[in-house]
Amino acid sequence: MQPILRALHVEKYFGAFQALKDVSLLVSRGEVVCIIGPSGSGKSTLLRCISQLESIDGGVITVEDEIAGFRRDGDTLVPLSDARIAAQRQRVGMVFQRFNLFPHRSVLQNLMEGPVRVQKRPAGECRAEAVALLDRVGLAEKASAYPNELSGGQQQRVAIARALAMRPKILLFDEPTSALDPELVGEVLSVMKELARSGMTMMVVTHEIAFCREVADRVIFMDGGAIIAAGTPDEMIVRPTNPRVANFISAVL
Amino acid sequence: MQDIAETDIGKLRIARPGPYRQILASLLLLAALAYIIRAFWLGAIEWHYVADYLFSPPILRGVRGTIIMTICAMALGVVLGTVVAIMRMSSVATLRTAAIFYIWLFRGIPALLQLLLWFNLALIFPTLSLFGLFPVKTVDVMTPFVAALLGLGIQQGAYTAEVVRSGILSVDRGQMEAAQSIGMTKLRAMLTIVLPQAMRVIVPPIGNETIGMVKLTSLASVIQYSEVLRTVGDVYYANSRVIELLIVAGIWYIVIVTALSIAQSYIEKYFSKGWGRTALKAAPNAPDTLEAA
Repeated sequence: MQPILRALHVEKYFGAFQALKDVSLLVSRGEVVCIIGPSGSGKSTLLRCISQLESIDGGVITVEDEIAGFRRDGDTLVPLSDARIAAQRQRVGMVFQRFNLFPHRSVLQNLMEGPVRVQKRPAGECRAEAVALLDRVGLAEKASAYPNELSGGQQQRVAIARALAMRPKILLFDEPTSALDPELVGEVLSVMKELARSGMTMMVVTHEIAFCREVADRVIFMDGGAIIAAGTPDEMIVRPTNPRVANFISAVL
Repeated sequence: MQDIAETDIGKLRIARPGPYRQILASLLLLAALAYIIRAFWLGAIEWHYVADYLFSPPILRGVRGTIIMTICAMALGVVLGTVVAIMRMSSVATLRTAAIFYIWLFRGIPALLQLLLWFNLALIFPTLSLFGLFPVKTVDVMTPFVAALLGLGIQQGAYTAEVVRSGILSVDRGQMEAAQSIGMTKLRAMLTIVLPQAMRVIVPPIGNETIGMVKLTSLASVIQYSEVLRTVGDVYYANSRVIELLIVAGIWYIVIVTALSIAQSYIEKYFSKGWGRTALKAAPNAPDTLEAA
């Protein structure tokens, strides 16, 4: 199957610190990839590079066979303009650890901001779609609320709906439940499970090992900026063979 | 120890300080006030002149001049300040340097000096043109209004730039990232997501500076711009009622500043949307979706 996302030999530096070391990864359409690993291992950096919130220093990332952030000129990659990069980002949705809803906009406005102002789709159509999305994440009655009137779990579900409103090809989750009170984690995970079942292509950085085991098609273990091991949840979580993975799994379970 | 042992201490009465200190302080203050008022009443002030001139046409023209200059100079200052603040935070080093230079220069020179420099620009550039096109005589362009507007607006921009920058810095970085993640360019994200939130932090000091500007416009009297202080001066040169007319000017400044303070509180209320009181409603709504878990 043709991969929707390719990361090939990706390198990323923050000053002298190398955050990503020769990271290569293919993601197929409809696949759910969970990325686990100790903090500081480069999991979030990888997602941020794919969503182009960070630029890469080596290698290449393609989304639907289009090079992300660069245009090819013979043997060199020339950085794209901010406007072109912004256009490319529309295909890659991002859900943040700390939700990052727009506090000065109502829930419905949060969902309509991108489709109406960026994608210039008709407002009526966007509104109907936004209401449907809110219904899908179980928050139809919160359309006119402001983000600070919602619990963390509700805010994160709105954030997922906001990302979906852009009709992304792939959805990235950067530790979506890490900032939540324990009793609110479940409601967010169940929305994510429903999304996975619906065929959404997803990459999820998470510490929810049980979620990975249940939902992931593939689990990737990162450490020190590199991919150490990858495999099915069964190979990675239930019966890990790699000793570093086994160590990590036994520590977090 | 003994008390606790032998009585029911739960029934003791808590003594409250009496109202005497409050009353004494009020009396002293009233006496001082009365003394000052009496002094001004008996002083050589012809109060009917104040009443006569308060609404006289030349004074009202001056009031209009002050208000117009305040609005125009602040508008110029806020636009310049916003542009410079965004430049100051740009990833392009040249833009950052230019912004820092602008702030350094125009914050460093006294406003009065800047007004005089603009007003006397004709001394060094007798004609102005756009690369040789549309030449005009500088004295025709650099009217008192234009010189005052440039002098006050440009130095205000240098101060406002720092206010706007602190406002932008007060907005969580995640807001910019979230806006970018839904396909916004940096500039659009700044204008539609970050700046509106920064306004909550920006408005109070800008209100403060607007009030400062009302009074700073009095500097423009030096270059013959017809604002309150200037028109008041024109009148007292003719009739010698100096103090009376200065009091007229003082009353008008107080009136304008009071009106602005009231306007400011409404503007602050507008930009605090999504913050404040409404948050209190969050708690009871929170657990209504646990069944999803």
